[in-house]
Amino acid sequence: MAGTASGAGARANEALLNRQDWQERWALLGLASPAVLTVLIVMVIPVGWLFYLSFLSDDGNFSLEHYDRMLESKAYARIFWTTFKVSFLTTGICILLGYPLAYFLSQLPKRAAALCMLTVLLPFWTSLLVRTYAWLVLLQSKGLINEWGISLGLWEEQLALVHNLTGTLIGMVHIMLPFLVLPLYGSMKAISEDYLKASSNLGAGPVQTFWNIFFPLSLPGLFAGALIVFVLCLGFFVTPAVLGGGKVIMVSNQITNNIELFFNWGAASALGVVLLAITLGILFAATRLLNLNRILGAGH
Amino acid sequence: MSKQDALPISISGLTKSYGSLFALDHVDLEVKSGEFLTLLGPSGSGKTTLLMALAGFTRPDHGSIRFGDEEIVTMPPHKRGVGMVFQNYALFPHMSVAANVAYPLKLRKVPKAEAAGLVERALETVQLGGYGERRIGQLSGGQKQRVALARAIVFSPRILLMDEPLSALDKNLREQMQIELRHLHEKLGMTTVYVTHDQREALTMSDRIAVINHGRLMQLDAPRRIYERPANRFIAEFIGESTFLKLERKGGRLNFAGVELEVDEVPEGRNLSLVVRPERLTILDGTDAGKTNIFPGTVKDLVYQGDTTLAYVTLADGTDIAVRAGMRSEAAIEKVKVGERVALGLKSADVVLIPDEER
Repeated sequence: MAGTASGAGARANEALLNRQDWQERWALLGLASPAVLTVLIVMVIPVGWLFYLSFLSDDGNFSLEHYDRMLESKAYARIFWTTFKVSFLTTGICILLGYPLAYFLSQLPKRAAALCMLTVLLPFWTSLLVRTYAWLVLLQSKGLINEWGISLGLWEEQLALVHNLTGTLIGMVHIMLPFLVLPLYGSMKAISEDYLKASSNLGAGPVQTFWNIFFPLSLPGLFAGALIVFVLCLGFFVTPAVLGGGKVIMVSNQITNNIELFFNWGAASALGVVLLAITLGILFAATRLLNLNRILGAGH
Repeated sequence: MSKQDALPISISGLTKSYGSLFALDHVDLEVKSGEFLTLLGPSGSGKTTLLMALAGFTRPDHGSIRFGDEEIVTMPPHKRGVGMVFQNYALFPHMSVAANVAYPLKLRKVPKAEAAGLVERALETVQLGGYGERRIGQLSGGQKQRVALARAIVFSPRILLMDEPLSALDKNLREQMQIELRHLHEKLGMTTVYVTHDQREALTMSDRIAVINHGRLMQLDAPRRIYERPANRFIAEFIGESTFLKLERKGGRLNFAGVELEVDEVPEGRNLSLVVRPERLTILDGTDAGKTNIFPGTVKDLVYQGDTTLAYVTLADGTDIAVRAGMRSEAAIEKVKVGERVALGLKSADVVLIPDEER
């Protein structure tokens, strides 16, 4: 046959084609190498170093004392409890505030939605530190909110809105809200209007259509957003430090304390390792759950 | 899902405008009880707007829609109780096939055991018995189409609406489904309004066709009448192939290029055009058959199309006209060559006259 005349019979050009295959693979790897190297240098090596440090006692020998202390000390238990409590509450409040907001945005016409989305994104683009201090100004005992509330007769005594859990939650919810709204908005926009029309056509009123069709189809976005918020909360530092007034000590605050106050790199490293492990565990479990959802067809 | 009391639909003065554009322009239309009526028109003609107004998803500016004796124009969609098959099926992706089909029954609070039986029967009706546990994502396009249909008929609606339900299927499956839908309609007997832009589909399936353009009803007739006696140029062009020959009126007779036309009757009034379908023309081989109009011309092109051969013939006034003939029946078309002079015959019974329109 004419097609195989130039090469080795039935397997003509196999070696050449194979080489092309490999060249393409190497080219791709070449493109990825800057990112791979960066991750290696700024992520893997420091984390490995932390891991190593966490197993050293103060005198430089291998020991598990930092981990033992975490298991035994009530102070550490309280820190983990606070971390989870703040993360859960922040995520919960974000869902309660963010779901209706995302729903509202998803139902707006394009232009109005873009404009409203800007009001969500604008704070998102502002420095986190600036926003946190802005809340301090608003919330403090002689701050704007207390002054207005009292002068309007809404409450009489100055409310303790800052330097406690309340202040921390207000600040964190404000900062985390876009992380929930954005993926949720995306998944809501992806819900075809035809599903809602079909539901309505088949006899469901607006409320039934929402709970039977819209809400289940928006769940993947809600899970994704809640997961991002929760994981970000676990390692959050600035807002609890500024608005918590030393009363809300989360894991990352304790890590700073260990280093800056007690110069104890080992203890700080051990905390970091545990936080990392917990975060990875949650991410792993959540991805399993999300995948399960996709298998069940909720993705599309 | 036995044969039930179907409802007639009565539409009058229905109007919907978007700015200065009329999607529906004072539409009057009666759909008979139990009838399969197709809304046929090009995209943007208003046919989908009309269907959406029937389903309750488009709010008209004014006009009336009645299901039986009941005025429903202000009724919200979920109370109208009509079945609907959407163009892209709109099956709920987070529910199984059975849950999709059971959804309207659940909303109507049908007891579970009874609902399960109805669901299985609806699935059997569309030849998907035993598919209840499947996920929507596991189905092929044709199967999704059937599930959508099962979901639309499971609660025995008295009116069924379909919005180009077959447009996403490939040609063979589409033709098979057309026949199936037709049989299903005969079996269930619900009043059916079907939207399509595919003229062949409309001719295949419908009891009557409503041709719609620019938001107006152009002609409402049985498929055969629509094809053989189009009311105007738009319909003649949109449905099937046609050539238009401009006629002159001379003292109660009609002429084309100086030759008098044999016509059964000459309508009064305006200027007229002759509509010629390619398959109604024959290439004459000398033996003239009675009341036949003869158009001499020159063969310009011959196109072999498998089941038929198409010849383009240039007539005396310069118009190109298409002649189509089947392979075996017409020996004449097999013998002609490009450049040859031929005589085309059109029986007087096949003469279709339409009013000339300014274009």
